[in-house]
Amino acid sequence: MARQFSLDVTAEPEVANSLVKMMSFFFGLMLLVGVGVGLAGFVIGHDHIFNNTREVPWGLLISTYAFFAITSTGLCLLAAISHVFGGNKLAPLANRMVWISLITILSGFIVIGMEIESPWRMAIYNVISPNVTSNIWWMGTLYGMALGFILLEFWLILTEHYTLALVLGIFGALAEVAANTCLGGVFATLAARPFWYGAQMPVLFLACAFLSGAAAAIFFTHLAYIIRRRPMEPAVFAGVQAAGKVLLLMIILVAVGIFWRMASFYVGGVSDGRIAADAFFKGPMSISFWGIEVGIGLVAPVLLLILTRMKSLVAMSTAALMSLVGMFVARLNMVTGGQFVPQYLGYDNLPTYLDYTPSGWEWIVVLAGIGFTGVAFLQGERFFGKRFTENEAH
Amino acid sequence: MNIKELEKLTNEGVDHLPLLERRTFLRAGLAITGLFMGGTILSLTSIRNAEAVTGPLPKKTNYPYKPHYTMVMRQNLCVDCELCMEACVRTNNVPSYGWRTKILERTRDIGPKEQETIFMPILCNQCNEPPCVRVCPTVATYKDKTTGIVVMDYKKCIGCKTCMAACPYNARYFNEEIRAVDKCNFCLDTRLTKGKKDPACVEACPADVRVFGDLNDPESEVYKLVHQPETTVWVLRPETGALPNVFYMNVVLDV
Repeated sequence: MARQFSLDVTAEPEVANSLVKMMSFFFGLMLLVGVGVGLAGFVIGHDHIFNNTREVPWGLLISTYAFFAITSTGLCLLAAISHVFGGNKLAPLANRMVWISLITILSGFIVIGMEIESPWRMAIYNVISPNVTSNIWWMGTLYGMALGFILLEFWLILTEHYTLALVLGIFGALAEVAANTCLGGVFATLAARPFWYGAQMPVLFLACAFLSGAAAAIFFTHLAYIIRRRPMEPAVFAGVQAAGKVLLLMIILVAVGIFWRMASFYVGGVSDGRIAADAFFKGPMSISFWGIEVGIGLVAPVLLLILTRMKSLVAMSTAALMSLVGMFVARLNMVTGGQFVPQYLGYDNLPTYLDYTPSGWEWIVVLAGIGFTGVAFLQGERFFGKRFTENEAH
Repeated sequence: MNIKELEKLTNEGVDHLPLLERRTFLRAGLAITGLFMGGTILSLTSIRNAEAVTGPLPKKTNYPYKPHYTMVMRQNLCVDCELCMEACVRTNNVPSYGWRTKILERTRDIGPKEQETIFMPILCNQCNEPPCVRVCPTVATYKDKTTGIVVMDYKKCIGCKTCMAACPYNARYFNEEIRAVDKCNFCLDTRLTKGKKDPACVEACPADVRVFGDLNDPESEVYKLVHQPETTVWVLRPETGALPNVFYMNVVLDV
């Protein structure tokens, strides 16, 4: 039954309590300040406010973009799968997942838009001078297409054109998979960077997408009920539990992937890969790797999920947040790990590891991405909430 | 010589062995042990260098451009005077925070208490399969169709820096003034198209380290150097498959 879109039908004004208003203001401020710093960077020059160098050209902003893009892919895929295949309990979470997928990819674009030195040239030359061998070109184009599909899908959900929305959802999911794998390919095809180079990376990126998507679905669904101050309906809780199972499964798959990826550097290949891996196993990145990527991101969530048998919403939500933090840091570890071993190690008394620590300004630009997701999530609940909390699957 | 007759001879001992014989014997021994040691020494060096030594040389069919511009570095002639770097900066307007060519330095043990210093000039390797060109989303960097030189179309550069991440040679930097990535182009725009026959760094080098020319021309000096018999020629990071066009060698010095 299709209807014209009306906010009266989708909005939940009662969501806009004082807490939501305050948090929206807070996230909105993060967004504004972050975008302000990013825009100032175009004038001042990125080299003066970001800590990237000739040797380490990519840093926190690229890794944050990858984090958001990967999360968006996972959400879009899980939403599409829940609709297309059926036989699972994720459906009550699906409409919200489509919305979060939309806002996370936009967050990613906001961050990378301020990382690229001349994005206005991109708008022109990506179109009139494309390079079909370039992973970056495909990634940008496919994520752009995915954004279009998901926007349309979400509009169709709001206007209750559910069959068409399903078709668009499938297109969106296909574009997201293709874009995600091209993002993995950006790193995986660079033979100059042994820590990245290899066929495994794109599959790992896809596995991380499912992991992050499941975690984000759990976390944001829980938040949606916290701000409404009401208990979760049993069907929605069953959906969160289903997402918890996906999360557990994907954490194990990703852990297996990380194990073999890291082990492979010690059985041969170019020495730069092993030197980079050393930094994570026992060197300057070991706290970030063992403590956050593995400890907080993989081990702790598994323990939480198993020990509570996925019966506690708070435990599942905590596990989800921890794995999202782990994924965020894992992306930064991966991005820096490919670059910090100098290409001419042994010459000019170069250090074994070049120093890259993100600047405060870089963190503020990252906050713009987090701020956008925050404010868009809250306002999404405010204006489209009824479409998210409806239990009937479409 | 019959072994039974040899057995009848009295032992001369080594006291009266001519010096020349001793030396020949020692040299043979050193050559044999040195050969075995060679393997050990090679395995002690880093992968980067060991692979470079064994790196494949391109065959004639691998010179697809005409002229196929190439630079040969006669590395052990370099004394690190940096005149090449100065000439490059002057000619190509390179800002103080960037470089298109540079001289790297390292020391190597050549005895228990002896070391030698090695200077290695580097620049863009103008690869036959340039990773930077493959990854550029907007074709802002490409192989010049005639010369094979990897050039930049600055106005198309979006500053994503993927080419910088993809380059095995750290040959690229972001130029703030033009908001684009900049790199060595063998002085294509500043000298070669203006009638000069070589890049500024080649002209400036007082030690004739850098030899520039067309690898497709058997009469050129670069062709002769690269194809010289009994000479080890190497390229940097051959494992990346970029097929670089900057070749390195050491020349025999008359001391």
